[in-house]
Amino acid sequence: MALTGVLRPGHVVLRVMDLDKAVHHYTEVLGLIEVARDEKGRVFLKAWDEADHHSVVLRKADEAGMDYMGWRVDSPATLERLAGELVNSGLTSDTSWIPAGEHLHTGKRFRFTIPTGHVMELYAHKDVSGCATGYLNPEPWPDGLKGMAPSRFDHCLLYGDDLDGTVKLFTEVLGFGLAEQVVAGPEKFQIAAFLSCSNKAHDIAFIRQPMKNKFHHASFVLDNWYEVLKAADIISKKKVSLDLGPTRHGITRGETIYFFDPSGNRNEVFTGGYIYYPDKPTVTWTDDQLGPAIFYHDRKLNEAFLSVVT
Amino acid sequence: MTATTHRIEIVNGSCEEFSCAAGLDVLRGMECLGRKGIPVGCRGGGCGICKVRVLEGTFRTGPMSRSCVNDVEQTQGYALACKLFPEGDLRLEVVGKMARCFAKPAGRFHLYGLQDAASQTKN
Repeated sequence: MALTGVLRPGHVVLRVMDLDKAVHHYTEVLGLIEVARDEKGRVFLKAWDEADHHSVVLRKADEAGMDYMGWRVDSPATLERLAGELVNSGLTSDTSWIPAGEHLHTGKRFRFTIPTGHVMELYAHKDVSGCATGYLNPEPWPDGLKGMAPSRFDHCLLYGDDLDGTVKLFTEVLGFGLAEQVVAGPEKFQIAAFLSCSNKAHDIAFIRQPMKNKFHHASFVLDNWYEVLKAADIISKKKVSLDLGPTRHGITRGETIYFFDPSGNRNEVFTGGYIYYPDKPTVTWTDDQLGPAIFYHDRKLNEAFLSVVT
Repeated sequence: MTATTHRIEIVNGSCEEFSCAAGLDVLRGMECLGRKGIPVGCRGGGCGICKVRVLEGTFRTGPMSRSCVNDVEQTQGYALACKLFPEGDLRLEVVGKMARCFAKPAGRFHLYGLQDAASQTKN
């Protein structure tokens, strides 16, 4: 296969303060499918077109935010190799192996903390539960979808201090490409990085700011612009806390809307963007053009969008 | 029968005063009227941007992220306005604030977005 190494963001685990309200939000509003609960009370969900058992896990806690993100790699051999390389890189801390089965229907995971303070995992196996349309002469989408009904979990945007270390780890150890970046000042100091392990414009993004381990949003992909507008209708109909949109980003060209779950964790649904190849030149935005880089239509920075994180 | 409302008085910043319908949280009550004074963030008790300290009045609160309001602060009247439900008239002080989008601390640029809600109440 041509796409090797780290294949995709495979799961994100979010802390929520009211589990019932969170499950209602992620199933009825966002439109994921609840697939299981474990003995710890965690709720496992997936988007309708995802083959693997789960992609989002909700954990009840007394604070909001992200516990960790998990990355699917192409094979057990790659998992072992990358685990060794991550340890030897000197860029990780708190490394450990999580035994198979600790996440339902998931193989063993290698867990590590990156320089921006976020916890990441690699894993090589998750049981395939499949898309309801099946894989033989399938219909384009299944019946019974609810809410916005994105087809899959797409990426996260995270905030942290040591952007240089985290970008080095993702590009030099895990093989990601730098699709886009934001630089500031005459020294072109990097303040944001959009990283891809695939053909997507980003699989993860980071913004430099002073605190470690902050979560900006988890993003889910829709088919088209009309579905983004319909997501806006659903946000109003269900009285969900709207952040902003619908609009377009200059960065990645995505057409987007942002909103919050009942614990204040930001969600995005989006469509569009472009195909990224590893040899595509990196797109660079300068800080004096940050307005249109982030919000292409009104060309203005939005304080809440940049300031509000969990 | 007229709907019950509670008077919300903000004692610092722009010193706004507005009526909050019973059953609404203070932040929603403010937003409904197009009023300002308390910065609006996630509206879910998670981000801490709308942190206030109640100086006078009775109220109840919904779930608030412990990283924004700790146990001790909660006994001192600190709360997130999005999870603050008045049960009478309130006088309150705005504690949280939206950070500037951009800052250049120590001569180096970064996107500076975060309010460390905990650090604001250390003094």
